[in-house]
Amino acid sequence: MSAYAADVAALARKDILLEVRSRDTLPAMLLFVVSALTIFHFALPSGSSERAETGMLWMAIVFTALLGLTRAFAAEREEGVLDGLVLSPCDRSAIWLGKTIGMTVFLVLAEIVALPAFALFFHPLSWDLVAAVALADIGIASIGTLLAAIAAASRARELLLPLLFLPLAIPVVIGGVGASIASDPASFLGFLILYDGVFAILSWASFEYVVTE
Amino acid sequence: MSKRFGEKLVLDDLDLVVPRGGFVLVTGPNGSGKTTLLRLCAGLFAPTGGELEVEASRAAIGFLGHEPLVYRELTALENLDLYGRLYRLPERRERAGALLERFGLWRARNERTGTFSRGMLQRLALCRTFLHDPDLLLLDEPFDGLDTEGAELLQAELAERASVTALVATHDPEALAARSTACLALA
Amino acid sequence: MNTWLLSEHRRGPSLRFGAPLLAAAAFALLVGGFALAFYWAPEDADQGFSQKIFYVHVPIALTAYACFGWGAWKALRLLWTGERRYDLESYTAIHMGVIFGLLTLVTGSIWAKISWGQWWTWGERQLVLFLILFLFYSSYFMLRYSTDPGPRRERNSAVYALFGVVLIPVSFLAVRIAGTILHPTIFTHEGADLPWEMLVAFIVCLAGMLSLAATLYRVELTGKRIDASLRELRELFA
Repeated sequence: MSAYAADVAALARKDILLEVRSRDTLPAMLLFVVSALTIFHFALPSGSSERAETGMLWMAIVFTALLGLTRAFAAEREEGVLDGLVLSPCDRSAIWLGKTIGMTVFLVLAEIVALPAFALFFHPLSWDLVAAVALADIGIASIGTLLAAIAAASRARELLLPLLFLPLAIPVVIGGVGASIASDPASFLGFLILYDGVFAILSWASFEYVVTE
Repeated sequence: MSKRFGEKLVLDDLDLVVPRGGFVLVTGPNGSGKTTLLRLCAGLFAPTGGELEVEASRAAIGFLGHEPLVYRELTALENLDLYGRLYRLPERRERAGALLERFGLWRARNERTGTFSRGMLQRLALCRTFLHDPDLLLLDEPFDGLDTEGAELLQAELAERASVTALVATHDPEALAARSTACLALA
Repeated sequence: MNTWLLSEHRRGPSLRFGAPLLAAAAFALLVGGFALAFYWAPEDADQGFSQKIFYVHVPIALTAYACFGWGAWKALRLLWTGERRYDLESYTAIHMGVIFGLLTLVTGSIWAKISWGQWWTWGERQLVLFLILFLFYSSYFMLRYSTDPGPRRERNSAVYALFGVVLIPVSFLAVRIAGTILHPTIFTHEGADLPWEMLVAFIVCLAGMLSLAATLYRVELTGKRIDASLRELRELFA
């Protein structure tokens, strides 16, 4: 058990270290989310409700996440390093978990910029929304890592990843927007927890089949 | 066994037994399936027909492919440290250091591998391959990119590990002829 | 000798006896079911004659779910045993599911037009759920088309099929809670007090639809198997 945890820690640490060194994914995500919010301001006619603006925030989060996910296995792809990881004795699901943790960290960092920007551009946020965003991050990172590995096997990976991801992201948006604007956010937050649990377990268990041939 | 990729039949009707401790050279022109054979033995994919049995766990296999399998943004030492962790090696730092020294990369140990030359990358890949003292070596063109000094270092390393089983793909069989016990020629 | 050709494809249902019998059963059940629905079952008090489309729409929807479930089951078998024939079976089942799903959306849309004068409404939970699933399984096909054939594609498709079947209840729940705050649900047809005549007619229609799906599944699967065998033969003799 502790060997597994050690593997996961080593891999997650590696991903964060790589990002710190290369600095290509996270700055792009930050810039993207702020640009998206700016566009949304112009896309929403004046007099739009706060609810519509909140909805737009969730759109920005989903698409910024997509941007980050397309880079999920970029480092491994460039040098074919994934073979090295797959050949090692570590459990393949540990590769998934390490990568998911790394991706969650990137999403959280992106939102640390996005949420204050949103509060500045549009209207103040509730803690329910922040909680919902945190929960959504886990779910998005979980399925996103798996889907990125699936898309990596195809000929059109940049096109395929959004197609695979967006239908699965619909429940996340429902849960997230609901939690942000409902008078009773508990059921929506509970739903997000359910979503995270179910899809994280499924992704964890099936990653092995997706990364080996 | 046989292996095909979609329409292409790469290996056909291959019947091969490698005894423990054997050192088998695999020769053949480009595209004859040497790389495919090694990747099959490493377990990177399964044969499409027939059976393959490899009596070595993943922790006991040392694989050298065409790619060095290292992260460009990490230093040599960091790369080996990562593999050391994944292979659950005790004293991984010491081992990594020792190997880097043996392959003449000690001075470059804290440099990002993205700055390495082709020869240095090959040496680092060899460090990675030998890091966990594998029982089964699967080497695909190990002398590729090595200068004479590098080639000598590799020969020395192989001499140190005389008891391993090895399957080596090469188009220069003379270099390893002295060490080999058998030769498989693919067409 | 490459044994994949002969053994892997041929196992499983063959066309000889099963399918004609199934087709006959499907035909009988559907004709009988529709007869019951349109001539025997009473008219709905609220909706009148237009409610009859319920006998078509809901069985199709349930059949689509069944197809997706069947496809996911075969996908699970593929991952579990590694036998390659399950890939074709899973793919065919999901193909059937998408066809029936599309029909669900069409019949649902017709029902919406008849009942409320609009071709689409977000308040109809079943329709919204099917839209999500339709998008998901269309992506499944994109996945298959853009990945080269081989064990990789089979595994990836199987995993995605499993995600699909998990998505069904999750989306159902999502659309339901969305209804409470975002898009108020206009109409629920989970009418608990269905007169028994309606129930009988409905069950017969449902059995008919399932038989129809099973028949088409067998036919298409056999067709795909023959295709694959032909391809193998061509490669062998090339």
